[in-house]
Amino acid sequence: MPESDILQAGTPADSKAVASLYFDTTAPLLDVQELRVDFQTKEGVAHAVNGVSFTLEAGRTLGILGESGCGKSVTAQAIMGILDSPPARVVGGKVLLSGVDLLTLNEDARRQIRANRIGMVFQDALSALNPVFTVGWQLGELFRKHRDFSRKQAKQEAVRLLDLVGIPAAGQRVDDFPHQFSGGMRQRVMIAMALALDPNVIIADEPTTALDVTVQAQIMKLLADLQAERNMGLILITHDIGVVADVADDICVMYAGREVEKADVYAIYDSPAHPYTQALLESIPRVDMKGQQLASIQGLPPNLTSMPSGCAFHPRCRFARERCREDTPPLYTVTPGRLSACHFFQEVLDS
Amino acid sequence: MGRYAVRRLLQFIPVLIGTLFLLHYLTTLSFQFNGNPVRALFGDRQPPPETIAALTRAFGLDDPCLSQPGNPCVGMFVERVGGYLRGDFGVDFNLQPVTDLITRAAPVTLRLTLLAIVFESVVGILAGVIAGLRKERFADNLVRISTVLVISVPIFVVGVLTQIIFGLYIGNWVRDRTESETMEAIFSISYQSDHPWASLIIPSMVLGATSLGIIARMTRTELIESLRSDYVRTARAKGLKPTRIVGIHALRNCLIPVVTLIGIDIGGLMAGALITEGIFNIPGIGGLVFRSVRTGETPIIMAVVPLLVLVYLIASLLVDLLYAVLDPRIRYE
Amino acid sequence: MSSSSPVTEAPGAIPPETPVRGRGPTSGSIWKDARHQLSRNPVFVVCSLVVLVVVSWALFPQLWTSLGKLECDININRTPPSWFPGKTQPGYDADLDGYVLGTTTLGCDMYSQIIWGARPSIVVAVIVTAMTALVGTTLGLVAGYYGGWVDTVISRITDIFLGLPFLLGAVIFLALLKSQSIWAVILVLVVLGWTQMTRIVRGTALSLRDQDFVEAARAMGATNGRIILRHILPNALAPIIVLCTIYVGSFIAAEATLTFLGVGLKPPEVSWGITIAQGQDFAVAGFPHLLVFPCIVLVVTVLSFILMGDALRDALDPKGR
Repeated sequence: MPESDILQAGTPADSKAVASLYFDTTAPLLDVQELRVDFQTKEGVAHAVNGVSFTLEAGRTLGILGESGCGKSVTAQAIMGILDSPPARVVGGKVLLSGVDLLTLNEDARRQIRANRIGMVFQDALSALNPVFTVGWQLGELFRKHRDFSRKQAKQEAVRLLDLVGIPAAGQRVDDFPHQFSGGMRQRVMIAMALALDPNVIIADEPTTALDVTVQAQIMKLLADLQAERNMGLILITHDIGVVADVADDICVMYAGREVEKADVYAIYDSPAHPYTQALLESIPRVDMKGQQLASIQGLPPNLTSMPSGCAFHPRCRFARERCREDTPPLYTVTPGRLSACHFFQEVLDS
Repeated sequence: MGRYAVRRLLQFIPVLIGTLFLLHYLTTLSFQFNGNPVRALFGDRQPPPETIAALTRAFGLDDPCLSQPGNPCVGMFVERVGGYLRGDFGVDFNLQPVTDLITRAAPVTLRLTLLAIVFESVVGILAGVIAGLRKERFADNLVRISTVLVISVPIFVVGVLTQIIFGLYIGNWVRDRTESETMEAIFSISYQSDHPWASLIIPSMVLGATSLGIIARMTRTELIESLRSDYVRTARAKGLKPTRIVGIHALRNCLIPVVTLIGIDIGGLMAGALITEGIFNIPGIGGLVFRSVRTGETPIIMAVVPLLVLVYLIASLLVDLLYAVLDPRIRYE
Repeated sequence: MSSSSPVTEAPGAIPPETPVRGRGPTSGSIWKDARHQLSRNPVFVVCSLVVLVVVSWALFPQLWTSLGKLECDININRTPPSWFPGKTQPGYDADLDGYVLGTTTLGCDMYSQIIWGARPSIVVAVIVTAMTALVGTTLGLVAGYYGGWVDTVISRITDIFLGLPFLLGAVIFLALLKSQSIWAVILVLVVLGWTQMTRIVRGTALSLRDQDFVEAARAMGATNGRIILRHILPNALAPIIVLCTIYVGSFIAAEATLTFLGVGLKPPEVSWGITIAQGQDFAVAGFPHLLVFPCIVLVVTVLSFILMGDALRDALDPKGR
């Protein structure tokens, strides 16, 4: 479906608040600028996201990479507007969806954006699906509440979606409960739910983490196929650098709530420009390195309430010098379109 | 569902028989150590031995095993359970079947219990939801403190205090200002057969007070847990309205244990009915036991209590089955 | 709940799934932490003061009142204190100085009756709690530690006793027992009240049984008895203590309820339940003080024990911090 069609025609159930918005088809599909999210905790304010920026075009896949606790999921939930606040609070930045800043919209309009324009796939489908409703009901709910479909129509749509994501005998399984599905099948249901209302953007938060390796590959392929077919923008959040390699077009590496490196996937794999990316890459098990000690990153991600001075990565960095303890590195342009937040990126590139 | 129901039923039967036997054995023991209860009914009077013998037989207490301390009297137990199966719960002091007394009293207790369940579930769940949504704010603290209070205060204290406050002081105030008989019945200090529903409203609140506290606390805890769950986050990502997220997605899950609790609580309600009906002079089954205790009419107590226990056990079985209906994870085990 | 079923829904009871985990047999620090935390908890401090006062009423009533237990004058019965609304007995104008809470239905000083009434309540509650704790802990430890058929038998018996609603069971037995002594009440409360303690201790023992420090003790050749007493019991102690505190409150309420129903203690015994039961009819006739004072004392006492148990649980539960 051509992007302009989706964007020009407000979906039937769009409230006035959304219908009156001007979605600019020439602007980037999703443009996140200097996003900041704080968490109010007992120990003080935790800066979970510290000025993250990235752009996603239609038909492209952006992989957001990082260890757990580095702010990936918080970024995703801030874009969706489903952060728990309190304790979380978006304290700065912009989230532009086709030129419209979502952060300035009222709650009703934001609610309409969810599922209609941005869909989300969660990590653990067993807990992310409501255990007491059938999958057909949960899928159909989207059509009944956003499109005013009848129960019967909604169920037909649910069957169609289950079929689309490759669930065998969709007509019968539509009345099953989440716990009756296998892990991979449940994740397909999640994907069907994210796709249901033809959103322009899908955010998949660790979509394959809880799955077997073989099933992981199937789910990634399904996501990639659907994305290509529908020309959607896909944000793929993962801690597993192997998962994004085949699917992502661009990679954004996050550390301690900041992006530390941004580049296209080939450049990153070829020669990382940030020591953290390099460390992540070295920690992938590889067939040609069989028998050797697998590298791991020393230490733990920093405590978000008391961030290290200067570059947040310096306590764990093998390139760290005096300067890293004092100056926070800006995002240096390594080559056009390629950024790295390391004072010594050249050194890293060469190593 | 079928297999679950069968399994529950198989577990239920030994517990049912065991509990009835326990009840039987403890009563038997007390007769064996205390002597024939029929004699005690006459107090200081000396009735002719034939009268005693006749009554002893009528109450089914003529088994010789009752004079052997420690003997479980299995024969008597089998006979009694057989009687229960035939709908025979023994006779009262005037040799009238106790079932007659019960049929007369049951509708009143049924109305009282029904009102209590409606009151405790509606108010309890509502209070729990409000507290859960306003966690650690004023409404939450209010609910938490008042629930500790109603849970801890013995129900008879709630009963007698309610009786003076609502029946006497507020009641007098109302009676001075209104001609409405219904209003007067609501605020009366005892049951009025002309107003079979209105005059049960305040007693039912007393009866439901304890459970209300427990329900409110449980709803609050479950809702807070549920609101933190992944499926509620999913519901938010689906762009649903907040009322729907809380009202359908979160609450539907919370209500599974809460409904179970309401069911299990039927045992507590029956015990509470004894006190409430006694205080407010309500001619229900609880009032029957209350008065029998005071007048020493053991045959009625011996007939009614097993019946109440039976009702309680069957109710808990039904609740277990209801649990399976509400929670698909159990249904398709 | 305290009146209807003190053994099924103790509000502060630690669920069996949350025992004190992962501590070895010497868990001194958790008690020290708890003491520190409790001494700074105002609710706990106030509640323990109330408990201290009530216990001293029970132990040394003469310290609090100069009047004897049965020193009453029926001529001045049902006199409300002068500061409290209510009818005065017509035709009576004796000097009522000293009766700060008025007089009871039988013309006794309300204040001293409340003091004297503490003893039976506390005695019943403490003895019943101690005995249910003993029975419940023993059965629970044995069932949880040995498992297998021992566990099956104990658990089924527990189920059967739980099938009997607490108050209904107590009423029928006391009504049949006729001898309405304090011991009859204690016996019936223990017979019907041991089940929940058993369940909770069993759950704790079950989860401790397979922990490393128990395995280690077993590997070093400790006998089962020694493992239960030296390794399992100390770790199950926290929930038992919490439950006991709450039980004392619940059993005070249960005793008062049974007495109120007419199957518990009987005059000439003096107890809060009796005072309330005697006052009930006249309270509605315009003498509310007959009910209000003993009810307040009963409620405050029960509430103090239960809140104390709640605070103890919060302090002893390492997860809660």
